Amino acid sequence: MPAGVTPQATSERRPADRQAARRAAGASLGRRRLTNRLAWIAGALCLALVAIPVLSVIWGVVGRAVGNWHWNVLTTDTAGNGGGLLNGIEGTLVVMFGVAVITGVIGIAGGLYLGEYLPADRGQILRGASEVLSGVPSIVLGYVGYVVLVVQFHWGYSLAAALIVLSILVVPYVTKTTEVAIRGVPTAYREGAEALGMRSGYTLRKLVLRPALPGIATGLIVALAIAVGETAPLLFTAGFSNKAPTGQLTHSPIGYLTYLVYTYFNVPAASAHALAADAALVLLVIVLLLIVIARVLVSMTQRYSPDRRQRVGRAPT
Amino acid sequence: MTADDRTTMVAEPPLVAGDEAQRADARQTSDIPPQAQTGGPTGAGTAPPAQPGGSGPGGGSPSGPASPWWRAERLMPRALRGVAFLPLVALVLILAALVWKAMPAIRYNGFGFFTRSVWNLGGSYSPIVTTNGIRHPQGATYGALPLIVGTLQSSVIALVLAVPIGIGTALIVVEKLPARLSSGVGFFLEVLAGIPSVVYGLWGALTLGPFLAHDIAQPIANVMPNVPVLNFFRGEGPNNSAGNGNGLLVSGVVLAIMILPIIAATTRDLLRQVPRPTVEGAVALGMTDAEAVRAVTLPWVRAGVIGASVLGLGRALGETIALAMVSGGSPGHIATSLYGAMTTIAATIVTQLDSAFNDVSGLAVSVMAELGLVLLVITVLANAGARWLVRRVSTTALPVGRGV
Repeated sequence: MPAGVTPQATSERRPADRQAARRAAGASLGRRRLTNRLAWIAGALCLALVAIPVLSVIWGVVGRAVGNWHWNVLTTDTAGNGGGLLNGIEGTLVVMFGVAVITGVIGIAGGLYLGEYLPADRGQILRGASEVLSGVPSIVLGYVGYVVLVVQFHWGYSLAAALIVLSILVVPYVTKTTEVAIRGVPTAYREGAEALGMRSGYTLRKLVLRPALPGIATGLIVALAIAVGETAPLLFTAGFSNKAPTGQLTHSPIGYLTYLVYTYFNVPAASAHALAADAALVLLVIVLLLIVIARVLVSMTQRYSPDRRQRVGRAPT
Repeated sequence: MTADDRTTMVAEPPLVAGDEAQRADARQTSDIPPQAQTGGPTGAGTAPPAQPGGSGPGGGSPSGPASPWWRAERLMPRALRGVAFLPLVALVLILAALVWKAMPAIRYNGFGFFTRSVWNLGGSYSPIVTTNGIRHPQGATYGALPLIVGTLQSSVIALVLAVPIGIGTALIVVEKLPARLSSGVGFFLEVLAGIPSVVYGLWGALTLGPFLAHDIAQPIANVMPNVPVLNFFRGEGPNNSAGNGNGLLVSGVVLAIMILPIIAATTRDLLRQVPRPTVEGAVALGMTDAEAVRAVTLPWVRAGVIGASVLGLGRALGETIALAMVSGGSPGHIATSLYGAMTTIAATIVTQLDSAFNDVSGLAVSVMAELGLVLLVITVLANAGARWLVRRVSTTALPVGRGV
């Protein structure tokens, strides 16, 4: 008698329980379905709220810049309230190159040490310092760079000061991604290499660094994107120059794109506003390019990752 | 899958294919180590592994532990160790420089720095006087209360907006979207994280600010009654003005957009680690998808999401340039409404440092260092809290933004 069992069972419960049971079961199924749907609509709305700002920023910048875009802004220097972006672009590229070299050496070497030579549970002071450093607001770094490098060391506004400050800003990031990439390489590779009698340096170069390379490069590129977009630390270390970079490390200010956006947007002149918008567009293009490169690299990492290889290895059989 | 595809896939993993060659190389190199390479690990990808009978110095001689390459290899961990200590050294030096620079201001301002709401550099042409051994222009008074409050206000607004949106986005990406689309959303998040803050500032000042002020804020500002709590949302002045687009609201929204990718991307990576069987078990018991998310998925990732939010908070607290462009910049007073002009610690440093140079006594520059120290302490505390919460979490996707 299946029909009789259920009412008997429910009648033994307290009224509150019965109510809860009814609420959870069939009685309000329609309402639960509605709640479910509303919840996911809210989720979709959140997604839209992420997409809209991206599109709006890109549209706002591109629209503002394209309206009165002249190709010669790419080939002329900044002058007065207008002119071109050549000095800014050149300066930004020089700074990018310098940051890539410095963080490439220091960040990767540090990450290599933390990831390969230190056990995961040691070196907490080094990791902690890196983490704290990555949380230091960029303007604080800029201030210290100004006070120490520009004033105390008498370097003046200079490329060297800018590079040091920007590198301090992004080195923790490169260190972290390098360490993660190195730790991602299966230990079996190292053990196998050691069993075959390979020398440690050789193993490191050929068996550990090679698979980790896309991950490391990704970290470096994202770090470059961060460095390119920074303004605050550069304002008081790089200064600004209307001319192309001189190649001197000290006593020679250098131009960069973010300065043009930040400063010329406040200059009350149409030509200055146009220049700020153009500079923002060029910045956006550089950053987008870097992100696309980073994504390609990530897809490479995933192609060579161990689980994928297993899957591929099994496919023919 | 075509035969072609299959052959490429079999041959594809270069590591496996390369292993054979490398083992062969290794057999050679165990006799004759490559002499020419001292370039270190970064040159690893391209350098030829060995040159049997090579042209390097002593190429033919039996190379024991005394050969330069061998020595370099032995020294490498030590060299790397030295480099790994550089961030620590930099951190200590930065702190030392900041404290050293801030000392006069700390002694001059005393504790009142945190309770005063006044920002007065003193007269530019007034005489320099000495108080408590600190040289300062007559009448110089500094109070950081409005800056600290402004920093916290804008960051809290950013969190209130970004956390629900970030979690919602992550949920829909992980639970509902097909893989191809979700990678597209990932791209959006990366772009969002990669856009320079100065571009956000430009966009906030020219596009978002006017739009918010006219089309969103003004209607709200008009209907809010003048009672406690709600009058914070009420417009200012007799006309209930919602401002001109520069102020607390716009700052908060811009910050929210800047920290969204951190929260959304971290939450997404966390959600992907939730074991499917537990969620499926909940659904099998009769829960709807949304109920399963609430009962199973969200509790699972709670600590990580809180950590990511605090990480976002750290970013928001330290954001400089965007806020310098949209905050309306008024160090000396606390915003009384959501639309009022305000400023933050970081924005004050960047906008006031230029004029601080004019203070010949050097006190103004020193005050900037004290501000930087205050900001540093707040940010580091937030970050430390976040790290503590997300310690177990490791991101698998393209990491976004500084400090992640």
